[in-house]
Amino acid sequence: MHKSLDPRITRADLKIEEQIDPLKELDQFQTFEVFHQKKRGQQHVHVGIVHAPNADMALLYAKEQYSRRGSTSNLWVVPSSYVTATEYFDEDIFETTAEKIYRDPATYKVMDRIKAYKERIGQK
Amino acid sequence: MDFFNEAHVNAAKEMLYKMADDQLIIGHRNSEWTGLGPLLEEDIAFSSMAQDKIGQSEHLYGLLHELGESEPDTVAFTRNSPQFHCSQLVELPIGEYDFSLIRHFLFDFAEYLRFEMLVNSSYENLANIAKKYKGEIKYHTMHANTWVSQLAQGNEESKSRLQNQLNDVWNLALGIFEPGPHEGVLIDSGIFAGEEALKAEWLSAIVPLLTKMGLIIPAESTWNPVYGGRTGEHSDHLQPLLDEMTEVYSIDPSADW
Repeated sequence: MHKSLDPRITRADLKIEEQIDPLKELDQFQTFEVFHQKKRGQQHVHVGIVHAPNADMALLYAKEQYSRRGSTSNLWVVPSSYVTATEYFDEDIFETTAEKIYRDPATYKVMDRIKAYKERIGQK
Repeated sequence: MDFFNEAHVNAAKEMLYKMADDQLIIGHRNSEWTGLGPLLEEDIAFSSMAQDKIGQSEHLYGLLHELGESEPDTVAFTRNSPQFHCSQLVELPIGEYDFSLIRHFLFDFAEYLRFEMLVNSSYENLANIAKKYKGEIKYHTMHANTWVSQLAQGNEESKSRLQNQLNDVWNLALGIFEPGPHEGVLIDSGIFAGEEALKAEWLSAIVPLLTKMGLIIPAESTWNPVYGGRTGEHSDHLQPLLDEMTEVYSIDPSADW
């Protein structure tokens, strides 16, 4: 028997000298994308993946991996195969986006007018 | 606290000891799967639940401390097998995953229903702990139910393995509900509705679930609960577990962690 320094490994009586066959296609579980919602009403945010044979099991593992810290209100799991993505080859379609700062609401100077309006109607 | 006479305190202590010891021992047992789980994600899930159990037991030992018993660490790490009040079910070695899953299913449903009943306990500090941990244990039952129903509907091997384990472990699971010497006091004082009531709740929860999965509950004529654990009668498996669990503590019991 294989002796390990870890008594749990020794108890498991692993036959590690045996030949390990390569995995067949269906021996691999599919992956599920996990979306985490902190509080009701907030959006679900993608946090990572889990391996699981089906959605029920994926939810259990999503709970363990992604709700261990902080607060959680809800979790979604979606089979990764359902995701349709852009190609990295086409990444140049986004290239000029960063320059279009006029699309950023921070560039509109409206705070003065909001302040003036609030003063006019008597709010602080 | 709403009750103070000696009979109430003794009854509460007896109940807290068996609840806390069940949790500590099954938590330690299930932690033996850490690093050996059948899947990485499952390894984390099972280990995390084992940790939850030990955490829950610490709070119950804390209540015992309020009632005049020693510090939680002392209570957890300095007793020998005859001083433990866990059911014999929880002390058995982890075996193969089929056994651990069936035990997890049968034990955690009992535990969840017990906590659900204790939410309404007249013993306020215990009711608060029950409220706090009820959800955690509910998740443990969801995990158990998902796994057992997957495997029960898997293939012939997975189904027959579960059925064999269910047959073997059934009377040990009934031993969870061994009535204590203070059942009447617990019921009359509103601390706890009693082991018989809990057993009835448990049966009406798990029998339909297991039946729906296609598993067969052993015939009632064969039911023969394994009692003894609550009064310190244990299998030969408990003492070696305690020796391993307390190994580090025993090197220097006064060390500060």
